[in-house]
Amino acid sequence: MTRPSCTATVSGRRWTRGSGVTMFRRKGRHCVAYFDEHEAKVLRQCAASMAAMLSDLDREDPAVMRLFPDAYPQDPDEAAEFRRYTEDDLKASKLEHVTTILSDLVESGGEVRLNEEAADRWLRALTDVRLTLGTRLGVEDDTDIETELDEAVLQDPTSVRVGQLSVYGFLTLLQESLVAALSR
Amino acid sequence: MAAPQTVPVETPDVDEVPDADRAWVTIVWNDPVNLMSYVTWVFQKLFGYSRSKAERLMLDVHHKGKAIVSSGARERMEYDASQLHGYGLWATVDQG
Repeated sequence: MTRPSCTATVSGRRWTRGSGVTMFRRKGRHCVAYFDEHEAKVLRQCAASMAAMLSDLDREDPAVMRLFPDAYPQDPDEAAEFRRYTEDDLKASKLEHVTTILSDLVESGGEVRLNEEAADRWLRALTDVRLTLGTRLGVEDDTDIETELDEAVLQDPTSVRVGQLSVYGFLTLLQESLVAALSR
Repeated sequence: MAAPQTVPVETPDVDEVPDADRAWVTIVWNDPVNLMSYVTWVFQKLFGYSRSKAERLMLDVHHKGKAIVSSGARERMEYDASQLHGYGLWATVDQG
């Protein structure tokens, strides 16, 4: 498991925690955040690509294997049986959660106001996106996203890896802020 | 009060207990992506654990690599595992 690193960037912009990165805050019974257009675009792209991935599962994809883990790693028959009974529902719920982001967050950005149920759906969707990105990026227990990002920028600031690391860092801070706002 | 027990009680050999009668467990494994705060929140939400119990389990997962988060009948453990998968946690079912 991990604690969020201290900065996040989305496509070239680097934010330090508390100095401009969009965060959820508690307002009465809701968790509220204000997204600018760029953040909204990034988040919606993540949600849309998750929806596409979930609609056409590639079982050889390590990210798919992580999102749908074997309940019985030592017993392929039992694992298959478990999958038979649970996978359709699991897939449908994951799809529903990422779709929630697409409907709650309009393209131009703006305020997102979540009650407890909606916050639950957002947290699950953010988790699935982070698990997918984390798998693609090869994130491990001792990975420091900040250091990875610095190295990736030095190699090629326009690379896909720089973009993915930036988004991963951003989503990590966003999710951490939503857990904190919800637990308040 | 009951009379003193005079008939020798047969102690069942543990190995003879049918598999189905043994307690099953749900195990959550460490992963490098999920946030510590989020995992604690999931344990509270799904199992109704207190914050301190949920945090202790989360730290077990983090430091020891895994933790038993629930135990009981096999069907119940499979339900728990599928719920945990719904929250993106890496959960498996095993015999305790």
